[in-house]
Amino acid sequence: MSNTEMTAEAEIGFVLSRRMGLTGAVAATLAAFFAPGFKAAHADGAMVMADAAAYPSAAFAQKTQDAAVKAMFNMTATASDQITLDAPDIAENGAVVPVSVSTALPGVTAIAILALGNPNTIAAAYQLPAGTKSAVSSRIKLAKTTDVVALVQAGGKLYSVSKNVKVTLGGCGG
Amino acid sequence: MAGSILVRASSDGTATTVQSLIHHPMDSGFIKDASGALIPAHYIEVVQFAHAGTVVLTAFWGPAVSKDPFTKFSFQGGKSGDALTVSWVDNLGNKDSLSTTIS
Amino acid sequence: MRRLLYAALGLALAVPAWAATRTNPAADLKAFQSYFHKKFPQVAPNDFVNGPYAMDASMRAQWNDIMQFPPFQFSIDNGKALFNAAFPDGHHYADCFANKGIGITQNYPQFDAKTGKIVTLELAINHCRAEHGQPPLDMSAGPMADIEAYMTSTSDGKIINVKIPNDPRALADYAAGEQYFYSRRGQLNFSCASCHVQGAGDHLRSDVLAPALGMTASFPIYRSTWGSTGTLVRRFIECNSQVRAVPSKPDSDAYSNLAYFLAYMNNGLPVAGPGERP
Repeated sequence: MSNTEMTAEAEIGFVLSRRMGLTGAVAATLAAFFAPGFKAAHADGAMVMADAAAYPSAAFAQKTQDAAVKAMFNMTATASDQITLDAPDIAENGAVVPVSVSTALPGVTAIAILALGNPNTIAAAYQLPAGTKSAVSSRIKLAKTTDVVALVQAGGKLYSVSKNVKVTLGGCGG
Repeated sequence: MAGSILVRASSDGTATTVQSLIHHPMDSGFIKDASGALIPAHYIEVVQFAHAGTVVLTAFWGPAVSKDPFTKFSFQGGKSGDALTVSWVDNLGNKDSLSTTIS
Repeated sequence: MRRLLYAALGLALAVPAWAATRTNPAADLKAFQSYFHKKFPQVAPNDFVNGPYAMDASMRAQWNDIMQFPPFQFSIDNGKALFNAAFPDGHHYADCFANKGIGITQNYPQFDAKTGKIVTLELAINHCRAEHGQPPLDMSAGPMADIEAYMTSTSDGKIINVKIPNDPRALADYAAGEQYFYSRRGQLNFSCASCHVQGAGDHLRSDVLAPALGMTASFPIYRSTWGSTGTLVRRFIECNSQVRAVPSKPDSDAYSNLAYFLAYMNNGLPVAGPGERP
């Protein structure tokens, strides 16, 4: 990666984290974070559409857990036994690994799934408005045997749990 | 990319469970094709689920989400016949959306 | 040279006689199924159609997750649209099949008394296209797999009922398929049976080798390793490549006969397709 790319990424990362860090309440932070698409959609009464401008590209480009968590949430996570991370012990195929995250923690605003052994750390992140249940299921790719980490942002704090998932080459089964 | 979205949304009276499958290659940019050339990254970045005009889930995906991505979640409220919309946009600017009704 | 000639002559004479006297599909079927029932007493007979998922609890849990919204759903939907689209001459696929093509895949492959050959569902679809002036489809994936996925979805749960009529040609086709199944080939010198009879249920790395019993019931399948839906022929080609053998042509008699033998061995089991495999 060239220096210019690094700088560009760092700047985007800074802008996002600054924007996130400015307000105290996390719900407000996320609302501010996603403000452009959100407000426009409501103002003109049109269908609420996915907005590419809201994509946290800097966070998704990070290659370590610490950098990814900082870029996405601008805070550090503490381990929690209040999160259920449902993923297989041995993935039947690294290309399709079912992963579910749920938690009983109150005030959940975001859930993220990280795969530490992948080229880019963050696999998926979800913004949960009030009223949406704190449980999301997805299917992700794992490049190799790795720890999968679930992050839950709740009540302005960040919590995590991790699980090791074994991945071997597939192709001869079935 | 019309017709890329399959969604099932069902209400039990108090909450609505949504399952969706989106037809998309989700190319990671790390895989080579038969001739040895890298297949460029091509993946969905943002997916929005909305119930009657209010966002109920926003998903941000990297290229590590599996091909033909699956999502399942549920939200309080929603009743049979309500509108549920799903929309996505990928890193190349392609987009699609679907409006369905909760069963 | 003369010895070779005698050998060839002997073979030519012997095959029909052998087919008539030794080939006993009904007895084969009984022995084949009871082998698997004895080898896997913990697996319910009808659960063999679920392949490796009948053998491994963790794989089954992941499969159940995936089947909440199976990835072959796009194939079924696309296949339905293709199946219902009219050919340029105004005819449809439905015109080529019994019961308009709905709920009939449990009866395939079939013996065609006119040609003496086996017609798999893929071949029947291509024959239908030819009748209506359309070029054949690739028999392994794409539109063919999608049409098959739709047709199979209308047969889901129906009992597999492949018929071998009392015709020496049908018995010979069956015997050829059986012989293919048990013959070693390729640099690894494996037969189909090496992995899917003797090795069934064993692990290759973390993969579980599927038992041959029930195998054809879930085709076409969406394989995560393929990232798409494929036909039985696609799997045959892949299996041949995995043992470092030269695959046959997709529309070859060798594969049709093999499909005929395998499907017959599944008689009595329910169709469980389209399926999903790792």
